[in-house]
Amino acid sequence: MDVDTKPHSSDKSDKPWLDPKAKPFIRIDGVTKKFGEFTAVDNVSLDIFKGELFALLGGSGCGKTTLLRMLAGFEMPSGGRLFLDGQDMTEIPPYERPVNMMFQSYALFPHMTVEKNVGYGLKHEGMTDAQRKDRVKELLDLVQLTPLAGRKPHQLSGGQRQRVALARALAKRPKVLLLDEPLGALDKKLREQTQFELINIQYKLGVTFIVVTHDQEEAMTLATRIAVMDQGVIRQIGTPTEIYEFPRTRFVADFIGSINIFDGEVKSVDKNRVTVSAPALGSNVIVDHQGEPPAPGTKVSIAMRPEKIAIERKEPGAEAAGNTIAGKVIDLGYFGKDSLYRVKLPSGAMVRVNAVNSRRAGESERVAVWEDDVWLTFAPSSVIILTE
Amino acid sequence: MKRRPYFLIFALIFGYAFFYVPIASMIFYSFNKSRLATVWGGFSTEWYGKLLDNQQVLDAAWLSLRIAFVSATVATILGTMAGMALARFAGFRGRTLFSGLVSAPLVMPEVITGISLVLFFIALNGMIGWPTRGFTTITLAHITFSLSYVTVVVQSRLASMDRAVEEAAMDLGSKPLRVLFDVTLPIIAPAIIAGWLLSFTLSLDDVVITAFTNGPGSTTLPLYIFSKVRLGVTPDMNALATIIVVLVGSGVALAGWIMHRAEKRRERDVQMAIAANK
Repeated sequence: MDVDTKPHSSDKSDKPWLDPKAKPFIRIDGVTKKFGEFTAVDNVSLDIFKGELFALLGGSGCGKTTLLRMLAGFEMPSGGRLFLDGQDMTEIPPYERPVNMMFQSYALFPHMTVEKNVGYGLKHEGMTDAQRKDRVKELLDLVQLTPLAGRKPHQLSGGQRQRVALARALAKRPKVLLLDEPLGALDKKLREQTQFELINIQYKLGVTFIVVTHDQEEAMTLATRIAVMDQGVIRQIGTPTEIYEFPRTRFVADFIGSINIFDGEVKSVDKNRVTVSAPALGSNVIVDHQGEPPAPGTKVSIAMRPEKIAIERKEPGAEAAGNTIAGKVIDLGYFGKDSLYRVKLPSGAMVRVNAVNSRRAGESERVAVWEDDVWLTFAPSSVIILTE
Repeated sequence: MKRRPYFLIFALIFGYAFFYVPIASMIFYSFNKSRLATVWGGFSTEWYGKLLDNQQVLDAAWLSLRIAFVSATVATILGTMAGMALARFAGFRGRTLFSGLVSAPLVMPEVITGISLVLFFIALNGMIGWPTRGFTTITLAHITFSLSYVTVVVQSRLASMDRAVEEAAMDLGSKPLRVLFDVTLPIIAPAIIAGWLLSFTLSLDDVVITAFTNGPGSTTLPLYIFSKVRLGVTPDMNALATIIVVLVGSGVALAGWIMHRAEKRRERDVQMAIAANK
């Protein structure tokens, strides 16, 4: 097993998608899949690079699983081509693709032991018995299941089954590993632990992973890049940070995390500083916009993440840089490490504010409680302008 | 003080008596010394001895077993194939028609199946000189109706099976035929075995269809019993029936015990897995 010891860096070799000369490992070229009248995947094009841990994220019925099944060969695209390592894979049957899949239900063979399950794919590899045994042992060690090699799947817990499924899918050293909701069936605590195991294994083996998930937190922690899908179309591709901090459409902003979105209209533009009138907020909002600013008069949406808004009981002084609005606390959720406030503005609009409880305080000393008049401030650089 | 549910107890006793009193009385009278079936003449096992000397009975039993074995085996192979086609290929043309035609023999009156088969066999024999009535025709007739039962059993098992398991095998490099033998058949094996046992039993005790399709010198056990009993129940038939009841009863008990043991082991394994995970 070749172990990649290269440290994380932010140069182009680590972010091949930024390098226009880099050759994609997987190329999905205008792929469409129709089931009768229903279009599950609609003309999707996507490049994935070697060694990436790529996540396809979306709600149920968005086409993410269909896309994954086309990569595995279980579904034939109605149009478009699929390339892997430069080779056209579109018409290759699943049993001849150098791609393996970890199924959502794990799909372990119920009549075989853990050992037999893991070794199943090696039967037709032209290995000697000893080689095959070594390989199975190596994989069981990797997923820490060696003591359970003789068990049948029904004798395992959910987490153990998940690891058998992973070991089995890695056995043939696939060029690409496809994972369909790999953590979906695990409980919360096990999921967190397994997430990091997956990342470690992927990093150790250097295999390209494509993960399908509906869980945005899972996608954020696992992936190098995320493609957000909706109604068979990719809405945005980017690193977790790009998707969260710089969503390009209202759908993506709303789908990933929680966010406050208000309608507005661009009033004036001064270099990167854009002034937007937002009737719901009762005042103009100043935005530091990255990239090409929209022209004055454009109808836009402005969006702020709840954790990027500060909440205070006393009015901030004039020196406070940023946007300030007044409101009244309607709802308060105390989660221990942070609190969620729902603040009603004079216009009737609601703003969600998420504040870390960085100071130890009793109930009477809280930043704000129900019915308190509060001031909200947020920096111009924290506001997102969405034109779509 | 709680009132005893007398009516329920009565219903329970009556229900079970309805099932088992006739069988018990049959077993009881099989040890009857008297030649008259319903008059007690003292204890004796002579009818069991007579039965073993009766070459006709032994021949009939052997023929029944052979027919049951062959027809159950052929029906299981064909029925499994039909069940797979129906469960796995949802979209082929004429699927509904095919599905209806396969299960029609389940509801067809046996007399009609019997008449139509015998007419068919006679016509076929007139044209190509095959099959002659006897073992072949009875077996073919039994395959025809058992097939439907196997199809239904296998189809419903396949419908509840996770298709991803087959896809996983294919994903790991197995061609479709390999997947069938490595994964699908082992998983649906209990249904196939159940189908075989069902066919075997159905064939073993079929009277009506067998009566239509048998020929000279091919008398199965049920036919033999039926023809003897028409002239009045004799104690040797009681003895024969008792042997069958004991064989079937112990077979069921054995199967039950094996299943119970497997279930116990499975439960223990699950407990172990949970404990190991803590």
